[in-house]
Amino acid sequence: MSAETRTGAPVLEVDDLRISFRERAAERAAVHGLGFSVEAGETLAIVGESGCGKSLTAFALLGLLPGNARASGRVRLEGRDILGLEGEAMRRLRGTRIAMIFQEPMTALNPVLTIGAQIVEAIREHEAVSAADARTRTLSLLARVRIPDPERRFGEYPHRLSGGMRQRVVIAMALACAPAVLVADEPTTALDVTVQAEILDLIDDLRRETGMAVVLITHDLGLVAEHADRVLVMYAGRAVEAGSAAALFAAPRHPYTRALVAARPRPGSALRQRLVEIPGQVPPPGAMPPGCAFAPRCPAAEAPCRETPPPLPSVGTAAERVACLRWKDLRAPDQSPVRLGA
Amino acid sequence: MTGTLTISAARPRPAGLVARLIRRPSAVVGLALLGLVAGAGLAAPVLYPGDPLDMIGAPLQWPGMDPAFPLGTDMLGRDIAAGITHGARISLMIGAVATLVALVIGVGIGAGAGYYGGRVEAALMRLTELFQTIPPFLFTLAIVAVLQPSIPTIVLAIGLTGWPGLARLVRAEVLRLRDGELVQASIVIGASDARIIGLHILPNVLAPVVVSASILVANAILTESSLAFLGLGDPNVVSWGGMVGAGREVIRTDWFVAAAPGLAIVAAVLALNLLGDGLNDALDLKRALR
Amino acid sequence: MLRTNPLYGSAPDLEARPLLTVTDLAVQYRTAGGTVRAVDGVSLEVHPGETLGLVGESGCGKSTLGRAILRLVEPSRGSIRLDGRELVGLPRRALRGERRRLQMVFQDSGAALDPRWTVGRLIEEPLRVYGIGGRAERRDRVARLLADMGLPPDAAARHPHAFSGGQRQRIGIARALVLDPDLVVCDEPVSALDVSIQAQILNLLQDLQERRGVAFLFISHDLSVVEHVSDRVAVMYLGRIVETAPRDALWRAPAHPYTRTLLAAVPSPERQARRARRGVNLPDALPSPYAPPSGCHFHPRCPLAVERCRSEVPALRAFSGTAHRVACHLA
Repeated sequence: MSAETRTGAPVLEVDDLRISFRERAAERAAVHGLGFSVEAGETLAIVGESGCGKSLTAFALLGLLPGNARASGRVRLEGRDILGLEGEAMRRLRGTRIAMIFQEPMTALNPVLTIGAQIVEAIREHEAVSAADARTRTLSLLARVRIPDPERRFGEYPHRLSGGMRQRVVIAMALACAPAVLVADEPTTALDVTVQAEILDLIDDLRRETGMAVVLITHDLGLVAEHADRVLVMYAGRAVEAGSAAALFAAPRHPYTRALVAARPRPGSALRQRLVEIPGQVPPPGAMPPGCAFAPRCPAAEAPCRETPPPLPSVGTAAERVACLRWKDLRAPDQSPVRLGA
Repeated sequence: MTGTLTISAARPRPAGLVARLIRRPSAVVGLALLGLVAGAGLAAPVLYPGDPLDMIGAPLQWPGMDPAFPLGTDMLGRDIAAGITHGARISLMIGAVATLVALVIGVGIGAGAGYYGGRVEAALMRLTELFQTIPPFLFTLAIVAVLQPSIPTIVLAIGLTGWPGLARLVRAEVLRLRDGELVQASIVIGASDARIIGLHILPNVLAPVVVSASILVANAILTESSLAFLGLGDPNVVSWGGMVGAGREVIRTDWFVAAAPGLAIVAAVLALNLLGDGLNDALDLKRALR
Repeated sequence: MLRTNPLYGSAPDLEARPLLTVTDLAVQYRTAGGTVRAVDGVSLEVHPGETLGLVGESGCGKSTLGRAILRLVEPSRGSIRLDGRELVGLPRRALRGERRRLQMVFQDSGAALDPRWTVGRLIEEPLRVYGIGGRAERRDRVARLLADMGLPPDAAARHPHAFSGGQRQRIGIARALVLDPDLVVCDEPVSALDVSIQAQILNLLQDLQERRGVAFLFISHDLSVVEHVSDRVAVMYLGRIVETAPRDALWRAPAHPYTRTLLAAVPSPERQARRARRGVNLPDALPSPYAPPSGCHFHPRCPLAVERCRSEVPALRAFSGTAHRVACHLA
């Protein structure tokens, strides 16, 4: 999708990331040894249902985990270990080298400051520039996130803007110091579908222009298909499948990914066609099965699946991985014909 | 049909109210203190069968001087311990009944205003505000003075001035519930207004009402004591406030006469406030489920 | 897969007398900022046993319309007929009798279920309200319904908080169906659920419709879900229906520019919407609901708008055949 801006060198590398919570006396693991990397100019989507650990992972990348959470493993940003950095060191990185946008833009905006003042502050927090220069840069940022009439919008308060406009302002703030990595945590879940399309197209365009890497956290497989180069599918705190977005939709390997793709209402399907269900529900954190976490809901699970969590070996190319003992034995999922093009 | 699901994420049922209460230190201390006060009141006729207003000993005996009068006697030779135990009955009774009066008025007006809205609400809330503009103690004082001090008039006066805050609280809670999906879902299944209010709204506003009721009881005890202190108590019964008032004259020399009933008031009011605090936490269903 | 329902045939009969007929319905809210016309002259029909999808973006009035049909909000104008019987203006007591036939499933069943009651009591409540059956008979009906919903038999004795979001939605559906209604208004019933749970609930609704012949007015912002469940679809924009058509006709040939924009915005691996979207540039600010644009509400965002669109409100008229109707001067 964006081969022209990729350099091949990963800007963000995550290795064996573990996140756990202290609850009363017990330690409860939420993310169990996650690994992935993102190259400059590419979008990696982390997909999964609620509670799979995808948002926690995003927070861990920026050192924003809640106080009772603990992360271990390795997170390297542009070759530098950043996991566990605290205070001033982490603050300097946030906003300059790695930035984040959230599901609800209002949480990232100060309701009593104009949007212009907030972006100016974001710039001057990290760089010694004059107020006039910061203002000029703010105006050009607002224009870059396609906010019409930036001069007028500069002096507006967040509550005067629509949800989509607010998310654009948050993106402008995130871009203020040209970060190498942008983490977008469900950036359009709170927005209408027409607005969602525009925001994600905007992020795509900015990524192409600046060569930043994007980590897109989402539950929406449709978004993944359109906006991601590579995908990491998470289930119950573990990666179950990784690969290129195109390959994942054409031939999902892990039974969970297959079920997830098939459970979506598919456009152009026959009237009253049944959806493929995934029986049961995600095991609660306190009651993880000993083996593969998906085994209790998996139609293909056999005895070995229930013993130890399966590893995540490469299959095919190095970037394609699947954590399933049985994926080779499964027949190709039946793909009923779909209408292409609109 | 879809396969039967098991409730794998089942969380434990919330513990009973009592179990949740005794996990909170403030509630435990409050309950213990209240138990002490109520126990004293219950035991009064057994421990001191006579009229506590009878003069039965030498006046102004300090505590410990005569084992028959562990808390001493006042300037008329009345047993202070007997006064305090009998006073506990009166104080708790007045507190409870006055609060009941306030509850009936306050919950009725608040629920009506919150549920029906519009003109009903406007009228009821103006009435509430009218009551709130009058300083409650002066209002109570005026009612008692006009109607002659007696236990029924004191109860009525305290109840009549105690409800406006409760009405506002109930109205706000009912408003929140009325516009919520809980009530909409009940309207859709055809439930009548009375059924919705009685089965869904009132039980769900019960928690804050119970909490404020315990504070109301404490306030009623304070108000009754204040009235008695000013000489507007029922002259035929012993009252903590009246005892403090009487002891005022000898406070420089024999301070225990005022201090003992004063401590009783502090204990009862503190107990109810602590209990209210504990109830507030324990009745918070959402927190209990977490 | 065709529907096989001995009572209702293989597909809902659109020629039959409609079950629900809404005509020129309007709902106004008076707020501090002025009067909002949340629903502004909407007409629609729902036939026995069919699913009408009502789709639109936030603030378009689709939820208000659903609630107005149930008279949870009072319409300021218009008519709602259930099997020919007018509901608007019906006194509360008489309305209660009609409610048996008209039920609702909420987005957040957790909020619609009293946390103090057991699930059995919650599902039994509608039967109690109407005094249907004896104690044992009601119990029995609840037990059978729980089984139909795929809930375990011991669910009746538990409280709603003991269940997951998807299970609570099943409980909400059971409560809506226990009176055997003819029409259920489903307001975003799967929007709060994960994809895998969403599929369970959508399949459940479909099974129930096939077995009971109940009609659904299915309100959602999610076009994929609406496409999946609906026999017919109505698209709403700022209080008005701009297009209504049988499902396949709408997706094959959307006639209103807004419908086209909406369909093109849905991300999907199958449709490559991004390609189709190129060139469509929709300013993302919805106009103020206090002062909606004159004429066609969509004209300030419409790439095709001409002078007439600014001045004249387009009527919802037949586009191709009688079933596909559109409110656009240019279609």
